[in-house]
Amino acid sequence: MKKFDPHALRREFPIFNRKIFGKPLTYLDSAASAQKPRILLESLKSFFENHYANIHRGVYLLSFEATEMYEAARNKVAQYLGTQNPKEIVFVRGATEGINLVATCFGKTFVHEGDEILISHLEHHSNIVPWQMMVEERGAHLKVIPINQNGDLDLEAYQKLLTKKTRMVAVTHVSNALGTVNPIRTLSDLAHKRGAKILVDGAQALAHAPTNVCELDCDFYVFSGHKLYGPNGIGAVYGKKELWEKLPPYQGGGDMIESVTFEKTTYAHVPQKFEAGTPNIAGAIGLGAVIDFLKTLDWESIKIHEKNMVDLILKGLAEFPQVKLIGMPTQRMGVVSFVIDAIHPHDIGTILDREGIAIRAGHHCAQPLMDFFKIPATVRASVGIYTTPEDIQTFIVGIKKVLEVFKL
Amino acid sequence: MSDLEDLYQELILDHSRHPRNFGHIEKPTCEAQGYNPLCGDKINLSIKIQDGVINDVKFEGSGCAISTAAASMLTEEMKGKKINEVDPIFQAFHSLVTGSDKKTDIDLGKLASMEGVKEFPMRVKCATLSWHTLKAALEKKEEIVSTE
Ligand SMILES: Cc1ncc(COP(=O)(O)O)c(C=O)c1O
Repeated sequence: MKKFDPHALRREFPIFNRKIFGKPLTYLDSAASAQKPRILLESLKSFFENHYANIHRGVYLLSFEATEMYEAARNKVAQYLGTQNPKEIVFVRGATEGINLVATCFGKTFVHEGDEILISHLEHHSNIVPWQMMVEERGAHLKVIPINQNGDLDLEAYQKLLTKKTRMVAVTHVSNALGTVNPIRTLSDLAHKRGAKILVDGAQALAHAPTNVCELDCDFYVFSGHKLYGPNGIGAVYGKKELWEKLPPYQGGGDMIESVTFEKTTYAHVPQKFEAGTPNIAGAIGLGAVIDFLKTLDWESIKIHEKNMVDLILKGLAEFPQVKLIGMPTQRMGVVSFVIDAIHPHDIGTILDREGIAIRAGHHCAQPLMDFFKIPATVRASVGIYTTPEDIQTFIVGIKKVLEVFKL
Repeated sequence: MSDLEDLYQELILDHSRHPRNFGHIEKPTCEAQGYNPLCGDKINLSIKIQDGVINDVKFEGSGCAISTAAASMLTEEMKGKKINEVDPIFQAFHSLVTGSDKKTDIDLGKLASMEGVKEFPMRVKCATLSWHTLKAALEKKEEIVSTE
């Protein structure tokens, strides 16, 4: 394992050679999408130059190689998530498609009139809307676990909301808007005691530390490759094997069948059953290459480093009385959200952009959460493995500039 | 002046902090809502029309400095204008904030201060949200207009 050095690691990400309005790039929007390591670009180039063909179809060498590489990527994802069985991994376009897949298929089998699905007030729209659509169709109900002003889940309320009728608890591992880390193992133990299943949205969490789905004891875990320094258009769903086997297919088409006649079709086994059509072959292979790269990193040091970067942001912002932090979660990962009195987040975003600083300004696809704090939007700064103390300094100077422009 | 100082000049900051004609007209002739899903900017524009002339126009809502200032200036500039003057003024304003070199001899008044937006293509929608809403209101569109 290489000793962790954020400056050295940063050199593995070619985008940092880019100048923005003549200034070095200060990228504090990894929570929206992470930048790409050189190894990803090289793996994609090599795949297209040497091995490209469709998978699971041809008898010729290229197709054989592409299939092997695609399935090897599935193996890598499985191992990275802490399961030994690659058949528990279904490739999808990303977290959004993963949640839609589970909501749709799980709903068809397990959700009936009067049943309940539990989500939390912290969720991204992609972990709200698919469940809303499903409960509407099934005549079931959506219940919401409340949060407190810090942005932590109310665990007492959670226990009360869990009933015999609860079929599924769908919660985020880490909140994309506040950085709250949810106590997943506690949530899943309680859910299971009630006979409910649990889906964990790992879109944010996985980028900040490897995880282990067995230790979390979750039934489903979804993530997007692009937030994990990988390609976009690829992601995966982990699901427990016995659950996958009970679910009906998601989409119909090629690759998901065993045999087709006009009278009757029998379906392929898991995971192919859920991967209709030609998948994002290169995306999966690129994701596998990135996971190989991530596995060489010293994550204990990275976790400390990222926490230090978040603390530097909090300390820097504390110098400005005009800045109000949104959410003070007990356990935080990767993200700081704030507002400045009398300056709209988009104006802050525009001024910082001219300094080469990329942050996110908006509702972060979490409008119910914004409503909870009675704000339309926040500014969000988020860190990644390549974030340096200099980035944070530049950002804090940028905030000073914002206040100057607005004469505050 | 730097791009930023030009964009956030005194007049614009003033209108964003102290928007003029902020509120809702009782019994308006027409009104419309505008929404920018990207920013979450929301605006309601209510209008009183008499004999083809905009007698009064008010707005309410929340948004960034650019969209608030643009809406505020719009209400000031549109009062007393004939309905058939709206389109050409909007065209001229649109050319101004997008930096298109279409020549017009229309006097934009205070709206001319928004020229700085042309250096910030991502913010053009903020500047034009109230205008799209105005047009929707005049066409008496019931549905919410969206910038997307
Ligand atoms: C917590 C969380 N869940 C889900 C998503 C959706 O991910 P994607 O847009 O990659 O499908 C995101 C990304 O914005 C997220 O932050």
